[in-house]
Amino acid sequence: MTQLKGKVWVFGDDIDTDAIIPARYLNTSDPSELAPHCMEDADPKFAHQVAPGDIIIGGKNFGCGSSREHAPLAIKAVGVACVIAESFARIFYRNSINIGLPILECGAAAQRARSGDVLTVDLAKGIVTNLALHETYQAAVFPPFMQEIIGAGGLIGYVRYTLGKEKSPDG
Amino acid sequence: MGLTLAEKILSQRVGREVRAGQIIVCDVDVALTQDGTGPLAVRQLEKIGMEKAARPESTILFIDHAAPSPRKELSNDHMLLRSFAEKTGCRLSDVGEGVCHQIVAEDYAAPGKVIIGADSHTCMAGALAAFATGMGSTDVAMGMALGKTWFRVPETIRIEVNGELPVGVYAKDLILHLVGLLGADGATYKALEFAGETIAAMPMWERLTLANMAVEAGAKVGLIASDAVTQEYLTAQGRPEDYKPLAADSDANYERVIIIDAAKLEPTLAAPHTVDNTYPVTELVGTAIDQVFIGSCTNGRLEDLAIVASIMSGKHVAAKVRCIVVPASRKVFLEALRLDYIETLVEAGAIVLAPGCGPCVGVHEGILGDGEVSLNTSNRNFQGRLGNPQGSIYLGSPAVAAASALTGVITDPREVLGYAAYR
Repeated sequence: MTQLKGKVWVFGDDIDTDAIIPARYLNTSDPSELAPHCMEDADPKFAHQVAPGDIIIGGKNFGCGSSREHAPLAIKAVGVACVIAESFARIFYRNSINIGLPILECGAAAQRARSGDVLTVDLAKGIVTNLALHETYQAAVFPPFMQEIIGAGGLIGYVRYTLGKEKSPDG
Repeated sequence: MGLTLAEKILSQRVGREVRAGQIIVCDVDVALTQDGTGPLAVRQLEKIGMEKAARPESTILFIDHAAPSPRKELSNDHMLLRSFAEKTGCRLSDVGEGVCHQIVAEDYAAPGKVIIGADSHTCMAGALAAFATGMGSTDVAMGMALGKTWFRVPETIRIEVNGELPVGVYAKDLILHLVGLLGADGATYKALEFAGETIAAMPMWERLTLANMAVEAGAKVGLIASDAVTQEYLTAQGRPEDYKPLAADSDANYERVIIIDAAKLEPTLAAPHTVDNTYPVTELVGTAIDQVFIGSCTNGRLEDLAIVASIMSGKHVAAKVRCIVVPASRKVFLEALRLDYIETLVEAGAIVLAPGCGPCVGVHEGILGDGEVSLNTSNRNFQGRLGNPQGSIYLGSPAVAAASALTGVITDPREVLGYAAYR
């Protein structure tokens, strides 16, 4: 897992999956069609102004609500490199790992960051640096079990690998 | 140290004692998707070349969220689900059968079963002491293919409820009160275990309402020990053999115990735009509403419709209010027809729609206009949930919904509930 660097978009507490991708757009699971509506009900400008590599900062309980995997898919498809939050809702957390969207729980980073700040993130070590504030934070690192899933590019890659249909976990 | 109900179910299922915090791989008894999440699961299963589900007889593809389909893209998704079910031997529950969780309760859930669903309210089956939880499409897809999934055994918050619920106060008020108390993330990653004399005396239709909304506090599961009420319910569904007694040990280790006096509860509503934004009805009385939605997996059962019919009988929905009623399943709909509830509701001016999720998820059958307000018996009031971020949603019990539909403003049901009330 590489070092990420991106501009921050700050959202508040309890950002629900209806805000991340409203159900009225769930007539497709094609990520490229979901992307233009990402975060539409929380910030209608977001999907048009976000740049590839940018970072979403959430407060508590990011991704609460429905089980729709379209939510992390939309965030990934719009080009967001990583979501950092004080805490994540359970299903969103699993879904993100399963589809290969990097997420980190890091209360200090989430509380301090302001929209427009630039962060660097070392996913393997869980180190987040806010370049605007010159501050560094330690996030929880994924347990080895989840690192295997992430290393395989998500759950599908992992299952293919464990079923022996592919030679390496990179597929 | 004894086991919580969550630890006990998972221990039995994996055949060794497991404790909160352990990560386990566990067999899955029932796996389900719905038409919002199913197409994504099917595409994932096609990627790994699944030809047959591990347990096709208990792998169910439901079509309930946008049913009948309001637009061609969703119709095509429905076609994909139908053809996949046919190819792989999975079961299909098609348009008009009802909400997935209601049908799981009627036909599949039982004490000790492990149930995963690509829908967050899968936790409803916890009312029957099943370890039932919502996941995403990919997780459930892999559960369908392999017949297994992984869990972190959750810590448990015990919710002990004692005393009698007052007239006009129901399980819905209790769970809204509790979500307000815990907050939307107060139980994230954890199990809720409902216990106490109020729960022991509570009929299954209300237990289901409680377990259904456990996820609104972030919980993984909402569990209730199985007992005579569970046995009676399973017998009524024609599955008496599925019963087994399951309860937490008396010396189980709980992360936290919350004690609630049921006798002190009032009719409770969640105000826009979060479920934990709760108020007693007395603080919201008089708020104007444009629409009422009575139904959903939370409150679309026969007894819910009985309460609504008893309040609306011989009266009429307020002039500017649309009152939409959606039975949770075909079984519920048929019983409500036989008992004349539907006739009562239609005569009172209600709009009765086919069994399913109805307007709940905001893709059809009751999308709000700009600035409109709806009062729902469902489980979520997020901004945009009824298809329009300019609309607002209150959540309440069927009694609150029925009383308010008649007046056009949020109304305390205790004012209209006579001696003939369901309770």
